[in-house]
Amino acid sequence: MEPFDPAELPELLKLYYRRLFPYAQYYRWLNYGGVVKNYFQHREFSFTLKDDIYIRYQSFNNQSDLEKEMQKMNPYKIDIGAVYSHRPNQHNTVKLGAFQAQEKELVFDIDMTDYDDVRRCCSSADICSKCWTLMTMAIRIIDRALKEDFGFKHRLWVYSGRRGVHCWVCDESVRKLSSAVRSGIVEYLSLVKGGQDVKKKVHLSENVHPFVRKSISIIKKYFEGYALVGQDILENKESWDKILALVPETMHNDLQQNFQKHHSSLQRWEYLKKAASQCPSNIKNEKCGPWLEWEIMLQYCFPRLDINVSKGINHLLKSPFSVHPKTGRISVPIDLQKVDQFDPFAVPTISSICHELDAIFTSEAEKEENQAESDIKHRTRDYKKTSLAPYVKVFEQFLENLDKSRKGELLKKSGTMRETKMNYTKMNSLPCLPAYWKY
Amino acid sequence: MEFSGVKRRKPWLIGDQRKASYPHSLQFYLQPPSENISLIEFENLAIDRLKLLKSVENLGVSYVKGTELYQSKLEAEIRRLKFSYRESLEDEYEPRRKDHISHFILRLAYCQSEDLRRWFIQQEMDLLRFRFSILPKDKIQSFLQDSHLHFEAISEEEKNLREQEIIASSTSLGGPKLELEYVYKIPFADALDLFRGRKVYLENGFAYVPLKDIVAIILNEFRAKLSKALALTARSLPAVQSDERLQPLLNHLSHSYIGQDYSIQGNAGKISLDQIDSLSTKSFPPCMRQLHKALRENHHLRHGGRMQYGLFLKGIGLTLEQALQFWKQEFIKGKMDPDKFDKGYSYNIRHSFGKEGKRTDYTPFSCLKIILTNPPSQGDYHGCPFRHSDPELLKQKLQSYKITPGGISQILDLVKGTHYQVACQKYFEMTHNSRDPDLDNRRLLTACPVLGMYALPTMPTVGTIFKDIVLREQCVVETAWMVYMTGRRS
Repeated sequence: MEPFDPAELPELLKLYYRRLFPYAQYYRWLNYGGVVKNYFQHREFSFTLKDDIYIRYQSFNNQSDLEKEMQKMNPYKIDIGAVYSHRPNQHNTVKLGAFQAQEKELVFDIDMTDYDDVRRCCSSADICSKCWTLMTMAIRIIDRALKEDFGFKHRLWVYSGRRGVHCWVCDESVRKLSSAVRSGIVEYLSLVKGGQDVKKKVHLSENVHPFVRKSISIIKKYFEGYALVGQDILENKESWDKILALVPETMHNDLQQNFQKHHSSLQRWEYLKKAASQCPSNIKNEKCGPWLEWEIMLQYCFPRLDINVSKGINHLLKSPFSVHPKTGRISVPIDLQKVDQFDPFAVPTISSICHELDAIFTSEAEKEENQAESDIKHRTRDYKKTSLAPYVKVFEQFLENLDKSRKGELLKKSGTMRETKMNYTKMNSLPCLPAYWKY
Repeated sequence: MEFSGVKRRKPWLIGDQRKASYPHSLQFYLQPPSENISLIEFENLAIDRLKLLKSVENLGVSYVKGTELYQSKLEAEIRRLKFSYRESLEDEYEPRRKDHISHFILRLAYCQSEDLRRWFIQQEMDLLRFRFSILPKDKIQSFLQDSHLHFEAISEEEKNLREQEIIASSTSLGGPKLELEYVYKIPFADALDLFRGRKVYLENGFAYVPLKDIVAIILNEFRAKLSKALALTARSLPAVQSDERLQPLLNHLSHSYIGQDYSIQGNAGKISLDQIDSLSTKSFPPCMRQLHKALRENHHLRHGGRMQYGLFLKGIGLTLEQALQFWKQEFIKGKMDPDKFDKGYSYNIRHSFGKEGKRTDYTPFSCLKIILTNPPSQGDYHGCPFRHSDPELLKQKLQSYKITPGGISQILDLVKGTHYQVACQKYFEMTHNSRDPDLDNRRLLTACPVLGMYALPTMPTVGTIFKDIVLREQCVVETAWMVYMTGRRS
């Protein structure tokens, strides 16, 4: 892969926005079938330009308008905001108080820095293959809950480009949810509570809610490989002291002694499990059973969400297919069927795909006589020839599902309409079809 | 609704028709009444319902809601005023009709300000909660349907499929007794308070809510609907108020609450400074009693204490001049320089009387504010003794106040159950030689016979209850509107 140099961004972005950004699919997404008038036109976008110039309340009339503007401004970063009551680029002309955010996808942002207290391999903006498993587990746990508990059907998971993942929930009813309900959903999904000054961040009650139970089953599949081998959380005194801080003091001596006798995190964890599930006779009201073991697993592996990102309807979040200005990586959709195999380091960077495009272009241009002709012919399919292609395919599958759902909903609605019409218009001989049969 | 000046005979509905119009003993008040009634009936219905809601409020403060004592007293009160409450009784048409119409009349009176609405909604919710709690289980489904609430009880098979999950999610269910419980399936967004704390089982966008938890959801629905309705009513109120026959009554109804708002009270009730010491032991609530004692002993109070006590004194009638004199005298005894007092403290006193800065005439702190915010630390004497004192210390204090051991243990039990305001109410009963608030009210009424039911304090602050006592012991009271009210009846 081509090494990425941030200094080349202006040139790279020019090429990216001219030949590679998947405008058609992008528009298809945000237009949501054109069912609601002006849905796309009232959507806020924000651009971060060169030299950190940030402009909000951008909005566009249609796909070609979007393309032209993006190519003109060459944004370093693109964020997507809410659908407002009026066109965001005209918000200054609207009477005070009348310009309101009305709908937006439900979004989640999971950031690796929030796990710094429990990962030993990296910290802050760094990630590696060892700690990436945290994201895999987070995606599995959150996605299961969104799908099975809340019944959300259209969930797009996107790599943020550096150290985390985003989720966009796009169901029609979800876009209309209030801020209070969004907060409630994040609360439902939260188990790890407390900042730096709190040692033990997970407390389970005796009644374990099915959501918690199912999340623990997911973590169990990864725990040995991730925590005991990869992170080696019981490797030495320094690391196991952190675990002991989560366990009642009365157990410390026994555990310390036995940890010395064992030789690997695996063995020590087995011992801890046994010791934790035995009824401690001297501690009043302690539950007997696997709660302690689960609390440790959850503290080390359970997803940590940022509530502020999810609760605000007007919150702006990085757009899929945006470029990360520091790493050069494209924010690509993640294939849920292959989430275990997703490798953030294999995600194409802007320099690599531009390079790929150049290579193809020069070799093909040698065959073509007319430069201009080849330019236009290739423009719409250029990304297909680069490593961006498989990720766009994942996006298209997501869009297909959205379309299918939408058609299903419309059929249902027109079905009931037809029935009512039939009841009321028995006298009329001419049948009339509802308008939305033609699409 | 139309009003006639002449008393008309009420339309006589036959048996089934009457039952059909009011199928339940409780309702969500979704449809306004549509019959004609006389002015006199209009007035009577409104006054009766106001009495009922006031009782609901008083009982809610004197007793812990939901307990047997509370339930039986409330039932007695509803029955006395001839409102509906029980499903199974015969010929419930009249009480239910009364309930229906009177609710809508009071909406007119109580939609006018934020305070009024909040009070009205709170009492109506408590009333609904009580009525729902005595509704037989098999009647619940039909009540929900008639109220257009789309909560379906799920079938036995559906329950069995999810039995484990539902039991594991709900803290209100005790053990594997799911066969006896009804479980309702509602869209998850309608069960926000339950699912946010993971207190309910979610599957495919639906929450599976056992009966015990559905009450909270129903009450929330009711509150939301009523709140919206009141806002709408307020907007169409000018048309109603322009009706000369209704205007005076509606004003009186809402004033019977506002009448006790001591913030706008001018000169009713004067206190002299030398009365304060004796009043503090006889009539002050314990929080103010302890602040006064600390002030006398230390000749000083910290900011929190000055705010809480200072505003209370204003609330019971101290004027600005008196307040300045009071605080200055005391602080000087603590070897403070009079000039320092003028510079540092008198500005704040004038500020709280609305004579400085943004000129807000501040009201005394409510109990909730004292209990929930600004807890006292070392060297502070403010706060609520029932909330902020160690139980042992509280016990000693109560003993020094000569409360009987039986009373003390009752109070401590209430404190343990975090019912701090009820504990304070108990303290009041103990120190005024009464165990029964009804008895006590009657005692108060005989002391000042001009007062009717409406003068019962509505407890926005503990200070107001005690102020009433302070004032009644001097029998200085506002009666102007009362006279007008009684004068109006012809």
